[in-house]
Amino acid sequence: MTVQNSSLNQKRREPLTDTQLLMTITICIFFVMYILAMLLLGGGFLRAQQIFDLLNDNAPLIIVACGLTVVMIGGGIDISVGGVTSLVVMSCVLYLNNSGNMFVSMLLALGIGLAFGLVHGLLVSYLEIQPFIVTLAGMFFARGMTTILSVNPQKLAHEGVNALRAVKIEIPWLGYVAKNGNLIPARMELGVIVALLCVIVIFLLLKFGRTGRNFYALGGNQQSALMLGINVKRTRFTSYVISGLLSGIAGYVFMMHTGAGNATNAAGAEMNAIASSIIGGTLLTGGVGNIIGTFFGTLTLTTIKKIVVTSGLNDPWWQSITTGAMLMFFIVLQSVVLSRRGKVKTSRNVKE
Amino acid sequence: MPNETVLTMRGISKQFPGVKALNNVDFTLRKGEIHALMGENGAGKSTLIKVLTGVYGKDAGVIWIDGSEGEAHIHSPQDAQNIGIATVYQEITLCPNLTVAENMYIGRGNGLLVKQKDYEKKAGELLANLNIPARPKQQLASCSLAVQQMVAIARAVDMNCKVLILDEPTSSLDDKEVQMLFTLMRDLKSRGVGIIFVTHFLEQVYEVSDRITVLRNGELVGEYVVEDLPQVQLVAKMMGKDLDELNSMSEFSQKAAVSDEVTYKAEHLSSEASKPFDFQIHKGEVNGFTGLLGSGRSESVRAIFGADRVTGGKVKVNGKDVHITKPYEAMKNGIGYLPEDRKRDGIIADLSVRENIILALQVMKGFFKPLSRADMEKFADEYIKALSIKTASKDTPVGSLSGGNQQKVILARWLLTHPDYLILDEPTRGIDVGTKLEIQKLVLKLAEENVSVTFISSEIEEMLRTCSRLIVMRDRNIVGELTGDQLTQKQVMKTIAGGEAS
Repeated sequence: MTVQNSSLNQKRREPLTDTQLLMTITICIFFVMYILAMLLLGGGFLRAQQIFDLLNDNAPLIIVACGLTVVMIGGGIDISVGGVTSLVVMSCVLYLNNSGNMFVSMLLALGIGLAFGLVHGLLVSYLEIQPFIVTLAGMFFARGMTTILSVNPQKLAHEGVNALRAVKIEIPWLGYVAKNGNLIPARMELGVIVALLCVIVIFLLLKFGRTGRNFYALGGNQQSALMLGINVKRTRFTSYVISGLLSGIAGYVFMMHTGAGNATNAAGAEMNAIASSIIGGTLLTGGVGNIIGTFFGTLTLTTIKKIVVTSGLNDPWWQSITTGAMLMFFIVLQSVVLSRRGKVKTSRNVKE
Repeated sequence: MPNETVLTMRGISKQFPGVKALNNVDFTLRKGEIHALMGENGAGKSTLIKVLTGVYGKDAGVIWIDGSEGEAHIHSPQDAQNIGIATVYQEITLCPNLTVAENMYIGRGNGLLVKQKDYEKKAGELLANLNIPARPKQQLASCSLAVQQMVAIARAVDMNCKVLILDEPTSSLDDKEVQMLFTLMRDLKSRGVGIIFVTHFLEQVYEVSDRITVLRNGELVGEYVVEDLPQVQLVAKMMGKDLDELNSMSEFSQKAAVSDEVTYKAEHLSSEASKPFDFQIHKGEVNGFTGLLGSGRSESVRAIFGADRVTGGKVKVNGKDVHITKPYEAMKNGIGYLPEDRKRDGIIADLSVRENIILALQVMKGFFKPLSRADMEKFADEYIKALSIKTASKDTPVGSLSGGNQQKVILARWLLTHPDYLILDEPTRGIDVGTKLEIQKLVLKLAEENVSVTFISSEIEEMLRTCSRLIVMRDRNIVGELTGDQLTQKQVMKTIAGGEAS
């Protein structure tokens, strides 16, 4: 027992916390998977562009997954993120096509996201309604609004934004030489930069921010958090606002990537984001999670889908099936790992 | 200096719907003293603490704290923290997923960022200073409960608290851990912290406290210096009656005669939590498992009931070979089990007293043969009366009853199934002295009615009074069996300690 081992050896390395352990597992699995794909499938996987394609296509997913991770660490859930993203895309496209201003459109995106976040946060923390129900309502509302705005797909026809869309960051030394001898540099969209910025900001917030640490406390034990002097309601409120805001940003990035608004945009994004967070080591019960894990969780999830397609299984259901299997695998792995740890650490006789 | 007061509460009253929880209560805490707050369940201890920590608002009365101007206004736990009142609750109110250092510093300060490194350094120094065996970077969940509690105290100390409230801090600690806690308490006392100590363990009160304040039925009985108040008198004051009741226990001390018939017999029984052991109990016998917390006494009886996964062994009930792997099978064989953790394994807080009482019987009958409403009412009334359960009505949610009455409800649940063999794991933990006596008497009465009872308690005295045979466990092994003349506190201690002089 700990009581006896009172030698306070400061130099001893602490065992990984649950959060770190789960994240490490995910990162390892991602690399193993990717290397296997390179060895067995070759082709696109041998090129750096493959990674950039993954990032280009999934920047919005990474952003919403960040928001969702924050909410989940705080012990909540936000399933409106896909709906909000889609509403933002449609609103921005329509606004820009009606000779809107690019800067204002960005504010519009943030504003919509923020509005959803505020309302969700208010209802969940101050009126203490179940987050699942609140955000489910938010999701239906956002999806409905998107359809009201336009049933038909809308193509973005704003010159300024389209010009910005065309801007790609080229990284020649990661490129490859095509058959005709031309060097094709690796290309990355601006949205990826935004996504990476979001990851970094949220990472810093969760690691060093007072609010960020409070999220962990809240998710770990709400009652304790209250007794420790944390403003539980405000903390929970903040987590939903962050998630809403990030959905807004994700919507704008989505629009930049696809250049069109469609009522079915970001369909299922909330579920993919939840899956990414879980694969990245966030526990639905709260208190455990890490944004770097979520980032790799998203990559793992999307890489799997890519591998499935590359292997020639083109039918869409194969992706769903593998995603499901993947998620199940991770959840089982996590619970086995955590329960084994639990057994080693706290012997059965220490009762609460 | 020693008589400098740090906290004064005058005329505190608090009304709950239907109950006057506190009526004009005074309380005074001096600098550098350990002040025990005593009273039976429902006496108002918890309410007084909650008023002081801002969980409840008070209806009347004033609170002064040394160092702050005028009357102290406490509206939330944060307010209490800010003016120097820190509380360590029975249930650990820290976050298990954070590190020790974070738990000591989270929720304090206002900056935008947290300085993890600073925290770890300061935490390390303080933990070393207070001799608390925890490392700052350790995840809290990996510390033992005792250490977690000490971390909570360290947090309070670091906040320069003037008043430290310890609410039942020792109820889940073993003796060694209790001693560690007491050392820490004395250390804090010498630093001038006023400590309010709430506990049910009388011996512990006399071991560390300087003063005792006794409450009864929401009213102040008095404040006493420990030396002036012998233990018996304290009990009398808490219960508000003379010692008749207490003395009348002696007439129960002749234990029930044991028949030769074996009710339950296990050979090499083991579960995933306990090592293989042999055990048998006769008809009408009261026996006890004793040992320190963690010695395996609860695990053994859980194995008997099939509450943990049984991994091997032969079991005979009333001479017949049976196979018990889950609680339902144990119940079918006439075994009842009152679990150690009342809140988690025992009551279903949101169901009514009536529903909680008939639960086990209903399970045994099967859910497709529901008891009639009339029967349920009848059973509930019968046992509420028989065990004198204090409840507003039989439809009151059991969670709103006091601990002792909740325990009686669970007892009623098992008595209703008319078991041949009843296992009571810590039935008297955390309940008041009066109810404790009632439960002890009930055990002896059951034995007279030929029920075999296994009685487990942390208080050896209590077990000596009720049990005719004690099984002593150490490190998950049975190390001794005491009967007859051997049933003395000294002998039990000796056996637990492994033959070393106690």
